[in-house]
Amino acid sequence: MSAETIQSRREWLLSDRPASRLQARLGRAYVAWRRFSANRLALVGMLIIIALVAVAALADVLAPYSATVGDLKNARLLAPSAAHWFGTDDLGRDIYSRIVYGARWTLYVVILVAIIAAPIGLLVGTVAGYAGGWTDTILMRITDIFLAFPKLVLALAFVAALGPGIENAVLAIAITSWPPYARIARAETLTVRNSDYIKAVQLMGASPFRIVLRHIMPLCISSLIIRVTLDMAGIILTAAGLGFLGLGAQPPLPEWGAMIASGRRFILDQWWVAAAPGAAILIVSLGFNLLGDGLRDALDPRSGDQ
Amino acid sequence: MSVAENQAAAGRGSARAVAILSSLGRFLVVAVTTYLGLLAVTFFIGRVIPIDPVLAVLGDRAPTAVVERTRREMGLDLPWIEQFYLYVKAALRGDFGTSVLTTNPVMSDIRRVFPATIELATLGTIIGAVIGVPLGVLAAVKRGSLIDQIARVVGLIGYSVPIFWLGLLGLVLFYAKLQWIAFPARLDVVYEYTFTPITGFYLLDAAIQGQWDVFHDAWRHIVLPAALLGYLSLAYISRMTRSFMLNELAQEYIVAARAKGLSERRIIWGHALRNAAVPMVTVIALSYANLLEGSVLTETVFSWPGIGLYITNSLQNADMNAVLGGTIAIGSVFIAINLLSDLLYRLLDPRTKAG
Repeated sequence: MSAETIQSRREWLLSDRPASRLQARLGRAYVAWRRFSANRLALVGMLIIIALVAVAALADVLAPYSATVGDLKNARLLAPSAAHWFGTDDLGRDIYSRIVYGARWTLYVVILVAIIAAPIGLLVGTVAGYAGGWTDTILMRITDIFLAFPKLVLALAFVAALGPGIENAVLAIAITSWPPYARIARAETLTVRNSDYIKAVQLMGASPFRIVLRHIMPLCISSLIIRVTLDMAGIILTAAGLGFLGLGAQPPLPEWGAMIASGRRFILDQWWVAAAPGAAILIVSLGFNLLGDGLRDALDPRSGDQ
Repeated sequence: MSVAENQAAAGRGSARAVAILSSLGRFLVVAVTTYLGLLAVTFFIGRVIPIDPVLAVLGDRAPTAVVERTRREMGLDLPWIEQFYLYVKAALRGDFGTSVLTTNPVMSDIRRVFPATIELATLGTIIGAVIGVPLGVLAAVKRGSLIDQIARVVGLIGYSVPIFWLGLLGLVLFYAKLQWIAFPARLDVVYEYTFTPITGFYLLDAAIQGQWDVFHDAWRHIVLPAALLGYLSLAYISRMTRSFMLNELAQEYIVAARAKGLSERRIIWGHALRNAAVPMVTVIALSYANLLEGSVLTETVFSWPGIGLYITNSLQNADMNAVLGGTIAIGSVFIAINLLSDLLYRLLDPRTKAG
């Protein structure tokens, strides 16, 4: 591609008078991407998350050993070496391989929490904002009540009742993390509720259900995505905390928090058993935080430097 | 003063009184509904989720007679709404049932362990505020400089690090390798039996009694967990302080102060920070509430005998009364701090005073 065609394509994208809906959308995406990619830390965050997804997808190729079956006879609690990059644990399992497979469980948790909690928040927020009146008061009161709760402790109590396990941990985290999404969705709904296009749809006889679903919810999506990305680190830390307390993933699942818990017994002599999975959690949380900050700055310039 | 002016002044005064009363009224409504909400959720967790709540409380090895008696005592033969009414009444009296693990009433257990958590969280918040506020101010004043970058990285890592993991690494370094701090506990075994606490805050108790060897020992035990919690609150406090300060420094009164020839130091620490003080009180209060909650994981790592360790120990022994009692205790304090800081914000903010 010559320099000229690149130049003309850029002009096409940045055109003030887009000729089609597609051109307008691509143009907006391009502007957002330019803002986003100007932020180096945000790019680092995105690379970390892409690497996480790649590691999870290619775990079978990347992991030299099994994640669940170890060599109890020869490979117990070995220090990091060329054969075992991060050493081995008390059951003779290769820690590097377990971390590689653990990426799958981390993704599993954040994705499940996001697809449970975000729609709940979206529904509560848009319905409250569009309906107004008593519906709004009651729904927002419930939201505020949940917002005032201590999240981790409540998640602990939920898992205690539901029984330990990674699915129940996901459920407990989702139950405690939807309120901010409801708040955001309501705020967005209030800004568009009285706009002309909603009035137009109302005049055409659309049902409230259709208006909320087709004309209000899509507008809340981008701010919701930013908030969910920013919350991902917190979700990972809570899930790891539950795993550490023995309430999340159960052995032999290679979940990072549970791996730290099993390394705790050897922490003074074989520190590497707990060190590596914790570093993995730190890096991935950092990635989500950087990516979330970058997305917020790129897509929502109002909040800029806060 | 003329009559009209008098009336106007009285009008302003009563408008302010109405504003205060309405925010107090709102505060009460919110406090009551939130607390009821907390009780409703713990009721749901304790009575509705388990297939057999008696089994959840007693475990599966209890004799049949005890199971039957407990079932009646818990009022499980009554309709749900009545059960909830009794549950709320008992909770308001501070009656959360008996712990299976310790065989004490849960409330007396909580009274015994709570001071340890408060001591830890208080020290953590002090550390966080003393370092976090100046760091945030400097980051805002020297925006884009090295110190701003450092503050940013410190904050980001604080938001991303698993605290229990950092605690374990801290133990390896400062306890095992450097031997600067004492092993995970509240006091050395020698002192555990000779020292009689008064308030339950060991540092304070030792200082009151003049037992400086105990004070030194207690300090060696608390310093690392408190520093870790302090780091978490520092990350939050410095980030918020920076954002408040940037907001204030962009205001016109700063330009006016500069034009009057005030020193930069006076403008920043005397004028800007003073105006940012009200929201900052809220932030520090919220970070205190978060540390109370965050202590669950920290206490587990450092065998710190507070409410966090109490809850996790009870969890491991399927002691639901104790778990839910502890949840309500932390939840109540958490909610109280949340709402009080909100109320304080409304009452202290000069803009609400004017209206």
